[in-house]
Amino acid sequence: MNSSLLSFHQVRFGYNRKASSVLDGLDLSLKEGCIAAILGPNGAGKTTLLYLALGWLKPWAGVIRLSGKPIESFSRRTLGQQIALIPQSEHIPFEYTVLEYVLLGRAPYLPTLGMPSQADERIAYDALEKVGIANLFDHSVLGISGGERQLVLAARALAQEPRLLLLDEPTSHLDLSNKYRLAQILRSLQERGTTILMTTHEPDLAMAVSDEAILMQRGKVHISGPTAEVATGENLSRIYSVPVKIMSVEGKKQVSWM
Amino acid sequence: MSSAVTLTALQKLTTRKESRRWVFIWLWLGLIGLFILSLLLGRYPETGFISWERLNQDELARLLVFNLRLPRLLTAIALGMSLSAGGLVFQMLFGNPLVESGFLGVSQGAAFGAALCIVFLGGSAVLIQGSAAAFGLAGLGLSYLLARRIRYGGWVLRLVLSGIAISALFSAGLGVLKYMADPLRQLPEITFWLLGGLSSSTWGKLISILPAVISGLVFLFLFRWRLNVLALNDETAFSMGAAPKRERLLLLIAAVLPTSAVISVAGMVGWVGLIMPHIARRLFGSDTRLTLPASMLLGGIFGILCDDLSRTLLAGEIPLGILTSLLGAAIFIVLMVSRGMKVER
Repeated sequence: MNSSLLSFHQVRFGYNRKASSVLDGLDLSLKEGCIAAILGPNGAGKTTLLYLALGWLKPWAGVIRLSGKPIESFSRRTLGQQIALIPQSEHIPFEYTVLEYVLLGRAPYLPTLGMPSQADERIAYDALEKVGIANLFDHSVLGISGGERQLVLAARALAQEPRLLLLDEPTSHLDLSNKYRLAQILRSLQERGTTILMTTHEPDLAMAVSDEAILMQRGKVHISGPTAEVATGENLSRIYSVPVKIMSVEGKKQVSWM
Repeated sequence: MSSAVTLTALQKLTTRKESRRWVFIWLWLGLIGLFILSLLLGRYPETGFISWERLNQDELARLLVFNLRLPRLLTAIALGMSLSAGGLVFQMLFGNPLVESGFLGVSQGAAFGAALCIVFLGGSAVLIQGSAAAFGLAGLGLSYLLARRIRYGGWVLRLVLSGIAISALFSAGLGVLKYMADPLRQLPEITFWLLGGLSSSTWGKLISILPAVISGLVFLFLFRWRLNVLALNDETAFSMGAAPKRERLLLLIAAVLPTSAVISVAGMVGWVGLIMPHIARRLFGSDTRLTLPASMLLGGIFGILCDDLSRTLLAGEIPLGILTSLLGAAIFIVLMVSRGMKVER
């Protein structure tokens, strides 16, 4: 319990006081250095959970702790250095170059009136190399494909050098080779001690990369624990209400639902 | 993996920075050169440039240059810089390249304030200026308060909607005032103010707006990189350690202060705040670290140019607002037809 980086204790949250809550008495504990995947049907509250972990949404009741301290006790800057978010997609109104855009990830390390230095540029460029699109550094963010843009968002989060990385449906725009690359990036981040929490609609991805799985249903954690134990056909069938089978193909687990 | 590739990439960046520095130097030289030329340009003693000898001998010429042209030119620069910088800041914060700092009830509020003063308090320049500035800021305040009460949509959409509503209220009020105004004395004065111009510039007026202009512009300049972060959507800016709502409000105020100050002395001058940021982005890309200072310099140049045309082209003055609209709209069309306006949605 002491080694938990992020914890939710009896968290209740909703977007509208008059309607019912989206999360209702949610408990969660995330060990430092693990990769956790949140699975669950649409509307289960997965993304809401991410934005609560980010500190952007404030719970109605309950406590969210980062390294044992309530998340609202951190200064904005410190929290920006600790937690980064890769949103599912993002509206980009102006024609930045890829490198300029990734450089924004250095903001939490700069004073409010500071400018990124050459060292920051270097970090941003390295982040682009890590996600494999350094060759695009000079392109306009509006002129690249949706998948490449998702990688730009990933690079920006890497430039932020967070302890906790939150990803919202990271593979939604990615082709197979980029999915494969993302899985590798996540593993190499984990090796360097980054804790990762992601939502996903792909049980395959969860089984391939995550240590922990959190199965959500209607604003609550249905069951959570080591992925191999939790992401069973039985549990997945229950939360998605479709018959799901897990098969083993050449030693790797595969999900079948049709 | 590929340090050689990295090296060439970074070299490419360095060369680009070098060439951009040169563009900046040219802009500075342009501004300074234009300033000096414009000081000597006018319709006294005859249309054209005044000679150095003449300036030395002719007392009237000296007075004219230093007491009329100099404050007027400086006001033109302040006007162009304030409107352009403010326009850029608004475009970034609203994620919309088609807004400017007169937006959010500021312009219409100022116009209403000026007309109100002309109709009810007489045409004293100081009073008109104060009333215009006060109502310009009131326009912003009302838009902000209304936006906070709207219960749907994101923050930007709410501000845009309330800005439209408040502007419409003020322009309806302006219509009423014009209808009430004495058609021989007051109406021409209101019309003149609405068309904008710097012909009545004095050192006193310039000095009265300088504190707002300088403090606002310096503040914006210091935030020039941060502005990029605040242009991101709320959640993302928040995740980068910013406090988006508070910081954006500060920047909006810093953009509106100089804007309402210059509107209060120059009347309604349109299009500057819309066009200069577009040209700046054309030259330097989207990074506000460069586009903000570039917008200021371009604004200063455009301000002087338009004012030069306004006072020398015809024997009588051409209202400044007409010239900026004419040139601004022309540039806008050129930018749109060429590939200058690559914008999503």
